[in-house]
Amino acid sequence: MDFTEEQIERYSRHIILPEVGGIGQAKIRRASVFIVGAGGLGAPAAMYLAAAGIGKLGIIDDDVVDLSNLQRQVIHHTKDVGVHKAESAREKVNLMNPDVEVVTYHDRLMAHNAREIVAGYDYIIDGTDNFASKFLINDLAVLTGKPLIHGGILRFSGQVMAIRPRESACYRCIFREAPPEGTVPTCQEAGVLGVLAGVIGTIQATEVLKMILGIGRSLTNRLLTYQALDSEIREVKVKRNPDCPVCGDHPTITDLMDGEQRACAL
Amino acid sequence: MAVTVRIPAPLRKLTGGSSDVPAQGATIAAIIDNIEASHPGLKARLCDETGGIRPFVNIYLNDEDIRFLDGPDTRLADGDLVSIVPAIAGGA
Repeated sequence: MDFTEEQIERYSRHIILPEVGGIGQAKIRRASVFIVGAGGLGAPAAMYLAAAGIGKLGIIDDDVVDLSNLQRQVIHHTKDVGVHKAESAREKVNLMNPDVEVVTYHDRLMAHNAREIVAGYDYIIDGTDNFASKFLINDLAVLTGKPLIHGGILRFSGQVMAIRPRESACYRCIFREAPPEGTVPTCQEAGVLGVLAGVIGTIQATEVLKMILGIGRSLTNRLLTYQALDSEIREVKVKRNPDCPVCGDHPTITDLMDGEQRACAL
Repeated sequence: MAVTVRIPAPLRKLTGGSSDVPAQGATIAAIIDNIEASHPGLKARLCDETGGIRPFVNIYLNDEDIRFLDGPDTRLADGDLVSIVPAIAGGA
């Protein structure tokens, strides 16, 4: 495993867990995770995966930090307003844990660049804020076979699900297509309690770590919904849809497509 | 049949804040009409103009997606739990 004395101390609370141990910590170090969006969900996911000693983090975001982001995007500081989000995230990750290799992309994940970028990673975390991106990322995960942790937050609710392509239900098995533009509010219009991002983004990081370690019962085929106002967690069982347009038995979606609308809720 | 319908947070403004709404009906379609009568506006959020369930809305009978049962014609028993689960796309 060849961890240094300092690394053994840094990761000691992991290493003493029988479910992790030195072998598990080495698995975490060998793993790479691609985080789409350095925003509300991406921030806690990146920070906890970095703290956990993940080997490589890819962070893509085409935006710069805005003052209105800081209420929930805890990886960015006040001094970062105006800075590229991926760069700001890289700075904090490096400060926290220099063991982690961070690759940043100041770009928007699109049909034309997604396959090439994701090729260098084992797992995908969806930290985006719109249906078009969520469907694109789902299709990307299915078409490349990379496990994906989906997450969504709005107002006081959050939703999270793990996807093992072609083994468990994908996002499109459950929600076949994005709602038409204009029928649902945008995130800016709807608002979100900032801490929801921490709850859901941290569950996404947890699910990736469980997959890396091969422990526990994964959140595959289970759509978990957290409602903060009622302190209520509900779960529905989901399953692969043989008629799913992307992961079903006779797929009609065989390549990536860009969508345009940016609406974000029912 | 007397069932309970679980309302997701985004739709609770149409149910006066209630998360669980009692309803009467033999099928999912009948239940949707029944809760529309007691909470006007719900059906339009769940169904399109032709009456079909919107593709970004999922309805579960107990733990089973009605799409894998008989869809809107799925028959219900007393005490069943019908859950409405919409997609949530925020995150940044």
